[in-house]
Amino acid sequence: MNHTLFINFLRFILLTLLQVLVFNNMDLGGYLTPAVYVLFILLLPETINKSLLLLLGFFTGLTIDIFLNTPGLHAGATVLMAFARPGVLRLFFRNLEFSTGEAPGLVKLGISGFIRYALVLIFIQHLALFLLESFSFQHFGQTLYRTFLSSLLTLLIILIVVLSTTTRKK
Amino acid sequence: MRNLFHFLWRNQFFTLFILLELVSILLLSNSFSYQRSLRYHTLSDFAGSVFSSYNSVDQYFGLQKENLRLAQENARLRSQLSAHLFDPDTTTLKADSLFRFIPASVVSNSVSHRNNLIIVNKGQKQGVQKEMGVVSPDGVAGIVIGVSNNYAVIMSLLHHNAHISGRVKKNDQLVNVKWDQPDYRFGTITDIPSHLQLEINDSIVTSGNSLIFPKDILIGFVEEHTKMTGEHLGSAVIRFSTDFNSLKQVYLIENYQANELDTLLLQISEQ
Repeated sequence: MNHTLFINFLRFILLTLLQVLVFNNMDLGGYLTPAVYVLFILLLPETINKSLLLLLGFFTGLTIDIFLNTPGLHAGATVLMAFARPGVLRLFFRNLEFSTGEAPGLVKLGISGFIRYALVLIFIQHLALFLLESFSFQHFGQTLYRTFLSSLLTLLIILIVVLSTTTRKK
Repeated sequence: MRNLFHFLWRNQFFTLFILLELVSILLLSNSFSYQRSLRYHTLSDFAGSVFSSYNSVDQYFGLQKENLRLAQENARLRSQLSAHLFDPDTTTLKADSLFRFIPASVVSNSVSHRNNLIIVNKGQKQGVQKEMGVVSPDGVAGIVIGVSNNYAVIMSLLHHNAHISGRVKKNDQLVNVKWDQPDYRFGTITDIPSHLQLEINDSIVTSGNSLIFPKDILIGFVEEHTKMTGEHLGSAVIRFSTDFNSLKQVYLIENYQANELDTLLLQISEQ
């Protein structure tokens, strides 16, 4: 249990630093900024207390907000994502049993399962993020376009990170 | 009442969700208008120092380009200096003596968001205050909206609350400059009188009507002006003279007479 706590804490620190120092400086076409820190929420244990999940979503987003000077923006989007997570897991993996502290990661869900799970939640987070940012439906087409491309980019980077850090159990 | 609490407790997941979203939107609402962001903006020295230490490494990659830009600015200033040196009229007070320029380095910047902010490494200790204008070597960059001890947050021109007053250089007509394009290189000028025909590459400069920017600082060049028939005030697309994506050095502008003018205006409004 302590091991799980430690791993998640370390992941939080590393992903926040990566996000703030690397990915926020990565402007592809002046348009796309991947939000890789959401991987922290994706990989929290499945058995986590749901209210704790929401609070962690809020504080993860708020930490990014503090660095980006956008109070409330990432917090709101990430809380929505945390709220959707138990439902999405139940929807896709109804029959899967998780042991205490086990993360819904690559090993457990398989590559296609993980992609489905990650993509849906990333999309929800990004859509909320871009809608909150423009705070209007005025340029909705453009917002949707940004959401799509940024989601795919985030997913790609998350897959690279996950694949390169997962050691396959023999 | 007991039933209500019971209901909320039973649905604590949903209740907490709504609560956290409300808090987020409340926090976010502080950036909805220029006045609100001015009032509520805070910057932690900690976030600034993280960016600053990262930037001290990152800076080296753009040195050559930055040197070139500063050299070009020097050349431009030298040519202005020589023009003024032999100015025979000594009875006028030079407008630029009312302003002090504080040089600063950008430690964090973005162009891809709907509301972009710039953080620089000068703050309260160096005399930076809210509502100071910020210019790059090439033109207007933004307005200071938050200061900590050693850092300042600047609302970039690329922000939906950033509206500045501009002037068409060739005929002194006033226009408003804002950013509603997805592209960080282009902005919009609105409230162009309908009789006015703008040419491509006409310069748009600051009007000098506000206390924030001195007069005649370059904002951008007209890129496209399509006249609407039947509309009273037209709009046009401009290309910003500042390249926001490669911003490294900026100057924060202190207006020595801002306080004096402020109190004067206050007196008038009280009468």
